[in-house]
Amino acid sequence: MEQYEPDRLSAAQVAAARRSLTNGRAALTRRSLLRASAGGALAVGGLGTLSACGIPAAGQSQGGVPAEDRSAKEKTVNFSNWTEYMDVDDSGKHHPTLEQFTKRTGIKVKYTEDINDNNEFFGKIKPQLAAGQDTGRDLIVLTDWLAARLIRLGWVQKLDASNLPHAYANLSAQFRNPDWDPGRAYSYVWQGISTVIAYNKKALDGVEVTSISDLLDNPRLKGRVGFLSEMRDSVGMTLLDMGKDPADFTADDYDAAIARLQKAVDKGQIRRFTGNDYTSDLTSGDFAACVAWAGDVVQLKADSPDIDFLIPDSGYMTSTDNLLVPNKARHKTNAERLIDFYYEPKPAAELAAYINYVCPVDGVKAELAKIDEDAANNPLIIPDKAMAAKSHAFRSLSSKEETEFEEKFAKLTGA
Amino acid sequence: MSTLTEAPPPLAPGAPESKPPKRRGRFTPYWLLLPGILWLVVFFALPMIYQASTSVQTGSLETGYKVTWHFATYWDALSAYWPQFVRSVLYAGTATILCLLLGYPLAYLIAFRAGRWRNLIMILVIAPFFTSFLIRTLAWKTILADGGPLVGALNSLHVLDVTSWLGLTAGDRVLATPLAVICGLTYNFLPFMILPLYTSLERIDGRLHEAAGDLYARPWTTFRKVTFPLSMPGVVSGTLLTFIPATGDYVNADLLGSTDTRMVGNVIQTQFLRVLDYPTAAALSFILMAAILLMVTFYIRRSGTEDLV
Repeated sequence: MEQYEPDRLSAAQVAAARRSLTNGRAALTRRSLLRASAGGALAVGGLGTLSACGIPAAGQSQGGVPAEDRSAKEKTVNFSNWTEYMDVDDSGKHHPTLEQFTKRTGIKVKYTEDINDNNEFFGKIKPQLAAGQDTGRDLIVLTDWLAARLIRLGWVQKLDASNLPHAYANLSAQFRNPDWDPGRAYSYVWQGISTVIAYNKKALDGVEVTSISDLLDNPRLKGRVGFLSEMRDSVGMTLLDMGKDPADFTADDYDAAIARLQKAVDKGQIRRFTGNDYTSDLTSGDFAACVAWAGDVVQLKADSPDIDFLIPDSGYMTSTDNLLVPNKARHKTNAERLIDFYYEPKPAAELAAYINYVCPVDGVKAELAKIDEDAANNPLIIPDKAMAAKSHAFRSLSSKEETEFEEKFAKLTGA
Repeated sequence: MSTLTEAPPPLAPGAPESKPPKRRGRFTPYWLLLPGILWLVVFFALPMIYQASTSVQTGSLETGYKVTWHFATYWDALSAYWPQFVRSVLYAGTATILCLLLGYPLAYLIAFRAGRWRNLIMILVIAPFFTSFLIRTLAWKTILADGGPLVGALNSLHVLDVTSWLGLTAGDRVLATPLAVICGLTYNFLPFMILPLYTSLERIDGRLHEAAGDLYARPWTTFRKVTFPLSMPGVVSGTLLTFIPATGDYVNADLLGSTDTRMVGNVIQTQFLRVLDYPTAAALSFILMAAILLMVTFYIRRSGTEDLV
C-alpha cells in the first residue's frame, strides 16, 4: 500500500479528496448522521425490547384451568382430530358415528381434522395454552407422550368421572394405568397404535426377517431398512430387542440402544428415518423391511399382496392417541359426553371397523363381528391375551430427559 | 389515510393560517408508505426481535424462558452443527450451478429461438408450480426408485460407480443419497432461475446481434461479448433466487435424503419442534441468515451490481 503523503498531492487531487469527503461516499452528511443515530437508537431500544421478550413459565395449576362451562346453553363441541381418524360414509361427507351422537344428545359436533403431527400441533397450540387462553377447541387427540407433557404442564382439565360411566367401565385393562396419567384422570384413549415390523416379500427376496436384530445386522438388507423418526417407537423396539423393558429403563440403557442404532446407521444398514412416508418406500420396494405402524400396514396389505407384517418374539410397542380437554375449553361437559359415547360398544365397533387401529374398548368384539368378521378376529384391532402380553409402553420422561433423549435421537438421525 | 378522505377541519375564527390545503399534502407520501411499513414491522421486524431475544434466552418449558444474554448458544450451535451448514452451502451451491447450466440454454431458446412456441414453453416451465411442492418432491421418489428404469439404466452404464466414487451416491442406488437431494433442489428451484434469465435475455435488442455479426464476430464471440454480459442482471438475480431458498430448504433433504444428507433447515426444524430447544433453533436461524447475507453481499459486490445491496 502506498503511503499517504498529503503534501505531495497536486491541487486537483486535493480538490478531489475534499469533494469526496463532502459529497462522495465518505461524506458525513446530514442523512448519514441521521442514519447512524437512528441505528444507535434502534440498537439501544432493541436491547430493551429483547430482554422484555421471553416466555412465561407454564402454569403449574393442578387440575387445569376451567372456563365457564357453556355446555348447557351452547349445544356444541369443537373436536380436533387427526386426518383419516374417523369413520366416513361412502359419499365422504358424513361421519355416521358423530351424527348418531348428535341425534341422540342434540349436541352438534364441529369436527376438524387439523392435527397432522404431534410436534407441529404442539407448536400451534402452545402460545395460547402458555398464555392461559382458550384454543377454541374442546377436545383434542394427542399421542401419549405429548398428552403426558400437556398434563405435566397443567394445560389440560381434569375430567369429571360422573359424565364418563361407559368410559370408566369399558376401558381395556391394558390402558387403564399409564404412568403419566394413573387412573385416567385427564385423558381417555381414542385408539391404540401398535408398532410392528413390516416387510415387502418381493423386496426381501427370500431373506428371513424375524426380529429387530435382523433389520440392524443382516448384510443382505444393507441400505434397505427403515426406522421411524418417532423416537419412542424406534428406540422402544430396539430396547425390547436388547432384552430391556421400555417401561422401565435407565439412561445407560437408552444410550446403549442409541449406540446400537448408530452402528447400523454408520455401516449404511439403515436407509432413512421416516414419518408416515415409509408407506411409499415399502410399497415401491425401496424398503425391504421397516419398523411400521400396524394400522397403516393393515391398509397397505389390503392394497398390495406383497406387504405383510410380523411381531417380533421380543414384543412390540403400543402407544395411544388420547382425548384431552384443553384449558379454558368452553364445552367441557359436551366433550366428556362425546368421549363417553365412543366407549359404548356399538359406536366403538363402527369406528374400529372403519379405521383399523387398536380398539381400547372392552366388549366390542361381538358388535364388530356383526359388521366385519375378519376385523373382529384381527389381533391388531382387538388384541387377544397373547398379543396384549407382548405389548409394551414407553415410560414417561421428565422434561429434562425428554430434551436430552430427543437431542441424542436427533443426532442419530443426522441432526 | 384519513387525511386524504376527511374534509379539512373548520378553521377557528380569526385563525392566522390561511392555506391549510397545501400543508396537508406534505405527509401524503408517508401515509402511502404506512401499509408497507406496518407490514414490515409486524411480519419482519417484530418476529426478528422476538427471534433475536429467543436466541439469548435460557430455560425450559416448565420454568419459562428468560433473557440471560447467553451468547454461548451461538457458539455451541455452530460447533455442533457446522457440518450441516457446510453441507447446505455445498448442496445449494451445486444446485444453483446446475440450475444455471440447465436454465440458461432453455431461457436463451425461449427468448430468441422459440418463435410461436414461446408461450407454450413458458407454460411448460411454470406448469409444475400448479402442483404442491411436496407432491413434486415425492414424485422424485418414484422416478429415482431403486428398482426403477432410471436407476437400472444408470447402473448398467456404470454411471453410479463414478458417482459412488465421488461420494454422491451409495452403492447401486440414488435415493437417500446426496445426489438425490441435489437433484431435488435443482428441479424444485429451476423455474426461479429460468424466469429472471428469460426476462433479461428477452430485453436484449436483436440488432445488437446483427451488429456483432456485421463486425465479424463469430456466434460464440457474440455470445461471450454481447449476450452474456447483457444478461448478467438475470444471472445474478436468478442465482440469488435459487441459492437463498435452496440453502434453507429442508423438504428435499428430508424426503430424498438420508441421515448423512441433513441440511441446516432440518436441524432448525428438529431443534424447534422435537427437542424443544428454542434458543438453539433461533441461534441457528440467525447464523444461517448472517451467513447467507455475507455470501450474497460478497457475490453481488463481485458481480458488480451494487444497486442491489
